Amino acid sequence: MDTNNLIDSLHPLEIKVIPFLKENKTLKTLVNASGLSEVEVMRTLQWLSNKSVLNITADSKKFIELDENGKTYLEQGLPEKRFLITIKDSPLNMNDLIEKSGLNREEFNVCIGLLRKSGSIIIENQIFRITELGNKFLEKESLDELFLKKISENHIITEDLAPEEKFAFDNFSKRKNIIKIVEEKTKTIELTDIGNQLVNTNIISKTEKRIDRLTPEMLKNGDWKNKVFRRYDVKINVPKIYRGKRHFVNQALDYAKRVWLEMGFKEMKGPMLQSSFWNFDALFTAQDHPVRELQDTFFIKEPKISKEPPQEIAKRVKDVHEFGGDLNSLGWQYKWNPKAALQNVLRTHTTVLSAKTLAKLKKGDLPAKFFAVGKCFRNETLDFSHLFEFNQTEGIVIDPNANFKHLLGYLKAFAKKMGYEKIRFRPAYFPYTEPSVEGDVYDPVRKKWIEIIAAGIFRPEVVKPLLGVDIPVLAWGPGIDRMITGAYNIKDIRELYKNDLKQIRDMKEWMH
Amino acid sequence: MPTINVNRKVFEKLVGKTLPENELKERISMLGTDLESVDENEIQVEIFPNRPDMLSEQGFARAFSSFIGVKTGLRNYEVKQSGEKVIIDSSVNQIRPFTVCAIVKNLKFDDEKIREIIQIQEKLHVTFCRNRKKGAIGIYPMEKIKMPIKYMAKNPNEIKFIPLEFNREMTGLQVLSQHPTGREYGHLLEGLEKFPVFIDADENVLSIPPIINSHMTGKINEETTNVFIECSGFEFHTLSICLNIIVTALADMGGEVFSMDLEYPDGKKVTPNLSPRKMEFDLAYCNKILGLDLNLNEAIKLLEKMGYGFENPNTVLIPAYRADVLHIIDPIEDIAIAFGYENFQEEIPNVSTVGHEDELEIFKRKVSQILIGLGLLEINTYHLSNNEEQNQKMGFETDDLNIEQNKEENNEEPKKSRIKVVELTNALTQDYSILRAWMLPSSLNVLSNNKTCDYPQHIFEIGNVFNHSNTTETFVKEHDSLSICLCGPDVDFTKIKQILDTLMRALDTNYETDPTNHNSFIPGRVANIIQSSDPKHNEHKQQIGFIGELSPQVLENWELNMPVACFELNISQLFKLLNNI
Repeated sequence: MDTNNLIDSLHPLEIKVIPFLKENKTLKTLVNASGLSEVEVMRTLQWLSNKSVLNITADSKKFIELDENGKTYLEQGLPEKRFLITIKDSPLNMNDLIEKSGLNREEFNVCIGLLRKSGSIIIENQIFRITELGNKFLEKESLDELFLKKISENHIITEDLAPEEKFAFDNFSKRKNIIKIVEEKTKTIELTDIGNQLVNTNIISKTEKRIDRLTPEMLKNGDWKNKVFRRYDVKINVPKIYRGKRHFVNQALDYAKRVWLEMGFKEMKGPMLQSSFWNFDALFTAQDHPVRELQDTFFIKEPKISKEPPQEIAKRVKDVHEFGGDLNSLGWQYKWNPKAALQNVLRTHTTVLSAKTLAKLKKGDLPAKFFAVGKCFRNETLDFSHLFEFNQTEGIVIDPNANFKHLLGYLKAFAKKMGYEKIRFRPAYFPYTEPSVEGDVYDPVRKKWIEIIAAGIFRPEVVKPLLGVDIPVLAWGPGIDRMITGAYNIKDIRELYKNDLKQIRDMKEWMH
Repeated sequence: MPTINVNRKVFEKLVGKTLPENELKERISMLGTDLESVDENEIQVEIFPNRPDMLSEQGFARAFSSFIGVKTGLRNYEVKQSGEKVIIDSSVNQIRPFTVCAIVKNLKFDDEKIREIIQIQEKLHVTFCRNRKKGAIGIYPMEKIKMPIKYMAKNPNEIKFIPLEFNREMTGLQVLSQHPTGREYGHLLEGLEKFPVFIDADENVLSIPPIINSHMTGKINEETTNVFIECSGFEFHTLSICLNIIVTALADMGGEVFSMDLEYPDGKKVTPNLSPRKMEFDLAYCNKILGLDLNLNEAIKLLEKMGYGFENPNTVLIPAYRADVLHIIDPIEDIAIAFGYENFQEEIPNVSTVGHEDELEIFKRKVSQILIGLGLLEINTYHLSNNEEQNQKMGFETDDLNIEQNKEENNEEPKKSRIKVVELTNALTQDYSILRAWMLPSSLNVLSNNKTCDYPQHIFEIGNVFNHSNTTETFVKEHDSLSICLCGPDVDFTKIKQILDTLMRALDTNYETDPTNHNSFIPGRVANIIQSSDPKHNEHKQQIGFIGELSPQVLENWELNMPVACFELNISQLFKLLNNI
């Protein structure tokens, strides 16, 4: 860049600083000379360095300085000296010694250690007595005292200490608040050839006619016409700004919903807080099934119980539990308790919505396909692979001609649209489906099978009491959180709902 | 789900074939069980809870052997008559009404077999018997007891015996309070005046079901060859299957099964009954459900691979140890398993249905898009929260104060009330012990956790909130609520109202902001948001939210050093108003 272009690109702050560069070569002096703040000068120097006007050398030095106690000791003498002076004329016991010397307990203890070690005192029957060595020690200034004096007068760098000073330094470092290390950062400036040219140019006059910012006024009155624009550093890094954005989990859920919609499914919705009747009983889950215990399901303290379920359906559900109702089924062979069905719970699966949908469906509506995507709850301790709130996507197909192959077909189609080409199925058990299926999809990136599919055909014991007829209802409820963590390459499932704004801002977009 | 440990040598002998490890793994999984681990000596398998018959090595090996085609079809188990009796006294009627019993002879016990038997008994107790609630199993060495056996209820203080692994005599009540097993299961007999008890002809106590056996008469050792087995509980059918599972496993170990005569007050019953149950098989139904085109012979072959028998023309014989076969759909699933899930060709039928997204969901997405256009960042928080966040930190008292009493005359003084939340019975931690009643606390929690993140932080979320209500089935009403927080050095009422204003104009609706008081906000800088479909008529006005600048005290409660201007809006209600629902 030639000097003129360079001058054209100077920022107003740079123009202010440059004239002072001739005389001032450190950050500190520049701040004083220019009257700008340290931040402004620093930023300006950085720009000038980017423009090759100058080089900045940063240096930091560690100085030894007196700390609080060090300053006091310099004035009053070191505690060990004061200790010895106090007993110089006559031995004393501890209490008298502390009182007369004015030492605090801590200093006193340090002194005893030091003085005994150097043989300056002896202790007999708890009386402290000075020795010959002690008297000698009192006669002249110790190396420690000299050291304290020296650092109070000079800026000394640790590296420059003489061996005997190093010894004193180490001793004092171990004691409380005598010395401290202070780091001082210095920035030194060295002008380049361009820089030297620049400081010898009258840049103020050269930049008088320059336009820094184009304003509406200039456009109105044409002021811009005989002027030049300041040149910008177009390579400059700009401060980050952030865009508005859908949460990445919701991006994935939106997509999953769109998949079902494209496949002709209707959306089911319903509350998260449900009665046990709909969450369990209507789904032929025996009342003594472990899932209905406190360690699996969240129950509600208040309101504890729901209103009665519709009488007719409740009767049919009761019968099917007790003896199979009007189906050729044994049922669970127990006495169904209507009160247990009233307990409010947080839904453990979106399948509760399928049960309610079946109960409302009319024969004329068939065939019909429904889906739901929503939060479910399980009484689990949070860890890297478990959440007490998780997302499930539910689907049911009510079709007199539906069969097991169709079930696998729908699941495969869904998995494929979610980005998983390979899927495998195996037998499973759920109280409300028969046949039941579990399955895995293959994650080609992480090269492993992830277990997500849970599906089946609703048992006649579920369908008949709710729908009135026994026709096949294909049903599935894959957990979707594991697909989401897979897609975003998240290892710990808790990260989905961590709400770290940096993570949400930086997370890549859903791929579909 | 229960897992069992199977001795690999015993297993392979029972199965009658040794499979290479990868095939073993794959086949176990396709049978509907889950291989946890396998090494030279041991196989660990997870069994689904519907198949308690597979909780023993024998039962699992039996099913597996059929499945891989080594020994298929119904296993016949001979039951000989022992002529021995168990007399059931009417005193158990109200307490623990049923027991089913059997004798198995000629068992050769060693350490390994005793371990196997204890494993079956324990696994059945935990799963099928629901921690002994539904039933309990007792196994006794025949050489220590004298027939006939009596099953009756007695005053617990009159029951005296030395319980298993103890060295002194105790009464029934002492067992419950002093014996470890008594303490663990004592609740099952809580409140009963009389305890159930098995007593032999010498008046020796055999056990107090479902708690513990006697050390003298109820402990099997390596000398034992013949055992007396009982299952007691509440449902004859359940107990019978439980007994059948045990005796068939013992029979597979080499034992001979003998029946016993149970003399109930209302008549005699003989157990165990190991003859198969019968169920009508409908091939057309089977093919229709599975989407297959099997002929009868193929279907029968598949049934036999799952241990069933078949009688022409259309009867499936169900093994007496199967607890899970309630309906013909259960054998049909077994046909699918035998056919192999991996062999089904997935299909999508040509059924035309019209997709339909819920209207409120469409509306919510629209609102989100408008807000994203305004540069807001969406967050996603839990529904579970705690009272401190929902009340205390927001400037509401947490003590249950009577709102009426605390209504202040002076309008400037915010009224101290409490937001009533829905509480969980069994929260895992205090942090997540209630369902949130409003959204703003969730958003503030996020701001509070992100103080080191770049500002401004403008965030929003539409989420489900829970409030008490008499109009719903569960007495809780849920609705979607929108919370928006602007947080940064220069946010204020104008900035947040600009967001609200843009949103309402985008949704093409009128609204007003009426001054109000709210504990969380700076007095004089908070308003109710009123939706007015017809601004001239007051009856059309409904409050749908509130907007303002949060009070510094609330910010301090959340440890925030940055001003927050925010609003919360009932999205479900707004949607209804806009659509005249």
